[in-house]
This record gives sequence, C-alpha cells and structure tokens, in this order.
Amino acid sequence: MSELTSLTIAQAREKLASGAISASELTEAYLAAIEAANAQFNAYIKVTPDKARAMAKASDERIAKGEGGALEGIPLGVKDLFATRGVHTQAASNVLDSFEPRYESTVTSNLWADGAVMLGKLNMDEFAMGSSNETSYYGPVVNPWRSRGSNARLVPGGSSGGSAAAVAAHLCAGATATDTGGSIRQPAAFTGTVGIKPTYGRCSRWGIVAFASSLDQAGPIARDVRDAALLLKSMASVDDKDTTSVDRAVPDYELAIGKSVKGMKIGIPREYRVEGMPAEIEALWQRGIDWYRDAGAEIVDISLPHTKYALPAYYIVAPAEASSNLARYDGVRYGLRVEGGDLRDMYEKSRAAGFGTEVKRRVMIGTYVLSAGYYDAYYLKAQKVRSLIKRDFEQAFAAGVDAILTPATPTAAFGIADEDMAADPVKMYLNDIFTVTVNMAGLPGMAVPAGLDASGLPLGLQLIGRPFEEETLFQAAHVIEQAAGRFEPEKWW
Amino acid sequence: MTVDLSTVKRVAHLARIAVTPEEAERMRDELNAILGFVAQLDEVDVSGVEPMTSVVEMAMKKRQDVVADGDKSDDILANAPVSEDGFFAVPKVVE
Repeated sequence: MSELTSLTIAQAREKLASGAISASELTEAYLAAIEAANAQFNAYIKVTPDKARAMAKASDERIAKGEGGALEGIPLGVKDLFATRGVHTQAASNVLDSFEPRYESTVTSNLWADGAVMLGKLNMDEFAMGSSNETSYYGPVVNPWRSRGSNARLVPGGSSGGSAAAVAAHLCAGATATDTGGSIRQPAAFTGTVGIKPTYGRCSRWGIVAFASSLDQAGPIARDVRDAALLLKSMASVDDKDTTSVDRAVPDYELAIGKSVKGMKIGIPREYRVEGMPAEIEALWQRGIDWYRDAGAEIVDISLPHTKYALPAYYIVAPAEASSNLARYDGVRYGLRVEGGDLRDMYEKSRAAGFGTEVKRRVMIGTYVLSAGYYDAYYLKAQKVRSLIKRDFEQAFAAGVDAILTPATPTAAFGIADEDMAADPVKMYLNDIFTVTVNMAGLPGMAVPAGLDASGLPLGLQLIGRPFEEETLFQAAHVIEQAAGRFEPEKWW
Repeated sequence: MTVDLSTVKRVAHLARIAVTPEEAERMRDELNAILGFVAQLDEVDVSGVEPMTSVVEMAMKKRQDVVADGDKSDDILANAPVSEDGFFAVPKVVE
C-alpha cells in the first residue's frame, strides 16, 4: 500500500483541498494498486483507467478553480449492480452479457456530481444473491484477511464481496454497495470495514439492478465511520424517478461523529443470543455493551420476539420479488440470447444458460410461492410476519430505545468452497440471521469492526436505528471505533 | 408441503428456465429443504395481522401525467441481441 492509498477519504479530502496532492496522483496510485493486486483478489471485474484519469483531471481543474465538490477527486469502486453509462453493468451475471447501459444510476450520478472518480466495477454475488461472493459469474473474490499462520483463501462475504475486499485491500478509497438481507453489513464485518444500509427510501433505487424491490437499499462500504458518513451523504437523495424515495432532506452525517452518547438508550435484544453462537461472538457483544456503559449510555434489555421468523419470511418475500424482477431477462431486449425452435424455447434456453445455480434456485422458489393456490399460504403469510417483525422494533423504539446493539454475523469469514455451505443452501442463508430483520423492517443498520477472533480474523458489531436516524448510528458507531481501534489485514499480496 | 419432480418441471416452465432431468432432481431436493425451512412460519399466529404493503409509512408519490422522457429508440435498442428497423426481433411467432 502506497502512502496515497493509505489515506482515508477525509484525509485525502484535506490534502486535495490544500494542494498537497492532486486528484490525478491519487487516482494513479489506486490504478497502480489495482494493476498490482487485483488478480489476487478478483475484486474488480472491470477496471476503467481511461475514465478514471479523465475524471481525475477534471477534478484537478475544478479544485484549481476553487469549485471542488464534497468528494472531489476521491477514487471509488462501484458494485456491478449500479448502472454506469457506457460501462460494464451485469450484476455479475452472464444473462446480462455485454450490457452497457445508456443511463447512469441516481446514486452514482450523485457521487460523480460531487466530484468522485470511478475506478471500475466491483465483483459481487450474481444479482446480489449470496453471502460469500461465490455465486458470481466471474468467480469468487478473495478476502484480504487470512487466518494467522494459514494461506487458505477466505470469502469476503457477500453479496458486496468485491466492494468489501477492494476497500479492505486499499484498491479504492471507498465503494458503493447494496443490501437486501445483509449484503453490505456481512461483508463489512468479514473484512474489518464499515458498512451502512440506510433506511429504505433514503437512497434512490433508480438505475440499480433490482433483486427484491421492497428490501433493496444502497449504501457505502468504507475504511472508517467518518468515510462512511461522507459517502452516504453524497449517495442519499430525494429522487422523483423512484416512487419509494422518501421526501426528506439529507442531513450532514459527519456532524454526528464525536457527539457524546451519554444518556443514550442502547437496546440489547435477548433473541439474538442464538443457539450455537461462538463464545468469541458472545464476548465481543459483551465488550460492546461495556464500551457503551463506560461512555455513559444506558443499557436496556429488550425483546424482539419474532426475530427467528425473519429469515424464513425473507426466503419467501425476497425470492418472490426476485422471480418477478428477473422475468425481464428474456433474451430479447438485452443480454444473452440462445436461439431456440420458437419464442418460448428461446426464453427457456437463454435463461437456462444465463442464470447461475443460486439465481435459478431463487427464481424457482419465488415462482412456486407465487403460483396459483400457494400465494396465501406463503407470500401473504410472510408479509404478515413481516408486519410483526416491524412491530417488535416499533415497540422497542416506543419504549425509548435509541439504537439496538447486536453481533453483525454469527461467525468470522469462512473458507472459499466451504463444503458444509456448498452442501446445504439453508446453512449459507443463516449467515444473514442478524442482519435480515433490519431489511424486513426497513430500518437503518450499520456494521462496525469491533475486534479480532482467536485466529486473527475481524468481527463486527451491528447497530440498528430508528427510521431515518442514521445520524444516531454514526454517533454510536464512533464509540465502538474509538474503543476498538481500526483493523487492517497484514499485507501478503 | 413438499414438491415432486412433476411440480419442479411445471414451475421451471412457468419460470421459463430449461432444466435437465438431473437438474430437476437436484432442484427438487433443494426446494424441499428451503420449503422445510420456511415451514417454521406455521408456528406464528397471524390472525388479525395486516400484511405489510410498504415498509416505510408514506403516501405513494404521484407526478403529473405528462410525457417526461422519450425519443430514444436508439438507446433502447442499443443492447438488443437482435434488432431490425427500429424493432426488437424475435423468432417467428405467427405462421
């Protein structure tokens, strides 16, 4: 890691503004880091050096004129789920073979309008369906972290595995990501980075390839809490092009950092103490509780009784919405086409060749639960359970809880091609057990690195907030960051 | 509820995904594992509970019913695997 790529966004912003470094120098440092190391990680599936250099040059010109934006000259990676004009956008799927949109997603438009520089498109689980980045058409991403004394390759989590790995390995200053059931927070926890999924409706979904529309939200993965605040400020907006974009001004999240949590009520949900949870995760959680108590917060035990039903309800709602959203991949309008005897044969062959195993599995589940005679038993029931999950949180917040503290994941990062996970899809799904409730209730959730396990792998804690109170999460997350310190993988690449 | 092989094939047709006999068998087992997992919801009493329709409480945003975009057939066709004379082209549908 060069000196330039070790700067946080906040540090780089200062040096760029003062003229100590140029945007072009900073971009060149990241391009060199990608060139040297991406083959090891497979984090980027498309690097855009020409575009990056042109954007950096434009940034330098704006800085010279005193017209620099909030993220002027900051080099970012973009998850392949975001439409980027004229640039590879395939949701890491073969079904979108060669797709280059003629439009730009609202979230990335916001970032470029603030002066950020695009380095390229980041690997992910196909259509964001996965918790290990192994379902990508482009192959798995390798976690920059390794167990102490081992060379075994570990997953970075998923679906935003490329984003998390690239941030942790300093192959970008920060990255865009998306979270439908934990896809920002779980990879952040697995890589020692900070990830926030804001409230549903905070970031526009326009131009983001849809997976499960009632759950999908964009958010950043960054190296520290402040950088996450800077990125979210730019990504979030009110957008007429998304009817679920909520009409509320975007606050300056950075101002919340450093505020005392004295008197804040932190809820500890007893249902998150799950059977078989490793003692290290339990101890980490307790450490988090102690940090808040020491900082003057009030710790309250709370109950979220429907927690255990969130994951089964999710595995009805998300596949149902996915089967509907993914109906558009028909070999006619874009992407892969495999010719067949007639139209239907062409559809079936194109989709069979274009979708990977996990995507097919979820489209099949979704089609089944929505098929005639089963809608009430599955989808309607799951949406009712979802109301109960949301009510649990509302009751906790009504009792005065400001934020809820939980572990982010039930384990640290596991191995690539883990046999237990491969043999049982449900086992892989259990990775999201602590994160999925937040999507079901539409709440903001944030993963913050909080320690290392016995083998030296990062572990994260999760903070859950009231709707649109992301500021409280930044305020509270900073306490963990101050107490735990920051974590960087030992460089082996 | 469990699914059999013929149900898997019917659902695959509905989903417009061609499956080989081996894939259908594997999918049957996987779908049954997932359906077994979601069957936990049977324990939950949802009587009198409204299904969720919007996760954030807000009124549906409306806009003026006017043409706000258009005239970009080239952009729309740019990524089509096959197009002809400004149209998407598909295999012959009517004999």
